[in-house]
Amino acid sequence: MDYITTIGLEVHVQLKTQSKMFCACPAEYGVQPNSNTCPTCLGLPGALPVLNRRAIEYTVLAGMMLGCETPPVSKWDRKNYFYPDMPKNYQLSQFDLPLCLGGNVPLYAHCYPKDAQKDIARPEQLIGLTRIHLEEDVAKSTHAAGGTTIDFNRAGTPLMEIVSEPDIESPEEAFAYLNSLRQILIYGELSDADMEKGQMRCDVNVSVRPQGQEELGIKIELKNMNSVSAVRRALHYEIKRQVEVLKSGGELVQSTRRWDDDLGETQQMRTKENAHDYRYFPDPDLLPVRTGEIIEKMRSRVPELPHQKASRFVADFGISDYDASVLSSDRDLAVYFEAAAKDSAAAKKIANWVINNVSALLNEHDIGINDCPVTSSKLSALVDLVESGELSNNQAKEVFSALFDAPDAEPDALARELGFEPAESGEIEAFVDEVITANPGKVAEIKAGNDKLINWLTGQVMKASKGKANARQVGDLLRSKIN
Amino acid sequence: MAEEKIDVNYVAHLARLELSADEVALFSRQLDDILGYVRQLEQLDVENIEPMAHATPVYDVMREDHARLSSGTESALANAPERNSDQFRVTRVVDS
Repeated sequence: MDYITTIGLEVHVQLKTQSKMFCACPAEYGVQPNSNTCPTCLGLPGALPVLNRRAIEYTVLAGMMLGCETPPVSKWDRKNYFYPDMPKNYQLSQFDLPLCLGGNVPLYAHCYPKDAQKDIARPEQLIGLTRIHLEEDVAKSTHAAGGTTIDFNRAGTPLMEIVSEPDIESPEEAFAYLNSLRQILIYGELSDADMEKGQMRCDVNVSVRPQGQEELGIKIELKNMNSVSAVRRALHYEIKRQVEVLKSGGELVQSTRRWDDDLGETQQMRTKENAHDYRYFPDPDLLPVRTGEIIEKMRSRVPELPHQKASRFVADFGISDYDASVLSSDRDLAVYFEAAAKDSAAAKKIANWVINNVSALLNEHDIGINDCPVTSSKLSALVDLVESGELSNNQAKEVFSALFDAPDAEPDALARELGFEPAESGEIEAFVDEVITANPGKVAEIKAGNDKLINWLTGQVMKASKGKANARQVGDLLRSKIN
Repeated sequence: MAEEKIDVNYVAHLARLELSADEVALFSRQLDDILGYVRQLEQLDVENIEPMAHATPVYDVMREDHARLSSGTESALANAPERNSDQFRVTRVVDS
């Protein structure tokens, strides 16, 4: 029997604000424990919380980028529970009037795992959102044998929760959803949304049911996935586990399970018996917010979204859909490409360079594109040297590596320093003649119409010239001599 | 409308309160009286009245996103029953 999988995600996102959600303590990490605290974020009696305007604006902007509706009035509620990371015994959150309702996350091909991009069940599917609300983060607990220690630096920092509809049908779609969402949030400059740094956290609800059954299966919640690919792995494991339980005649229990990425398995944490009843009620300390003005203000902040940028790159620069989606999936990489390509006649080649050579060297040095020592204009100048035939592609790669270490140098001067003189045309012609004479069979085939063999012959000339020749010029020369 | 009763034992558990049987009986009666009193509101005609989001008709009380100096670690931990490495220490709680 076949089984249908249903997945819904709850994603928590840290917003890039200076201060906390309800007090003016700095929202920063990596400082002395409990140093960024005050009576409000420690939950001391009598403290008065006051809303952080920017956090509200950012959440409204997230909603605009994701096609949500924002109700005219939004309000704050108390979510009651007892846990030492939340000493006032309730979390300030939003219940019935959140900042955003509805909306969706688009799943474009480039958001899927690389190995799954060729086999997408529902291309460009939109995953519906239920809501986005704003709440406060809790303190950080560390559990050790002797007790639990608590640092309140994170307590009270703004946390945006994005809740999806149960519209996701596979681990690969969940992966694509998180990637797409992350890219959009980064484009909006709301969050760095790095799961490994805890800036984006994800709880997964997953159920399976036999094909043909109408009602959803027993819902099981998964926690503790620290990367987008861990979410995919956890789902693969859990779906298989649930299907096996059902196939062997067993019964599933509504429960929460914890993913152990080292062991590669989910483990039961708690069952529904002690499910929470939060008894939400309106917070009397916080006043409702009218959203009209905020929406107007944020309208101009809605950025070009990743898929829009990709379409524009295809239209403006003539690059392939694939290259455009790779570039636009990383906002900073897209900005770098565009700066290099905007005054160049060789945009396609620049796209290729950014995706391959530049990215490879950045990976090697373990730095991001914003820390790339070679400026976009230097890259553009270097690619121009290849286009004009002054450098071969291989030589240009060496110049690029050298530029990495000497970013102030000019590409053409550096090329001369490395001894890369443009190959003498007479010298290249001699190599071309040699290769033609040595391969009469291939030449005959080309004459008969097999143009692809030109590339093979070009390769021979390149080899003979020790990479100094410019491949395009060699190809042209071969064609003119053979035909 | 059926009269709703408050399950005092359940609510006491949610609030982490330990009540004696006498207290449960007493609070049940008192809370039922309160509910009955509040239920009078159901007789009002609220047809054309917009729901309120808050008891006070004040909106948009916000502050700008500027960080200020915090009270600091020593002040935070001044009343901590136990501390360890600049942190509060409590009985070990299982992750949930």
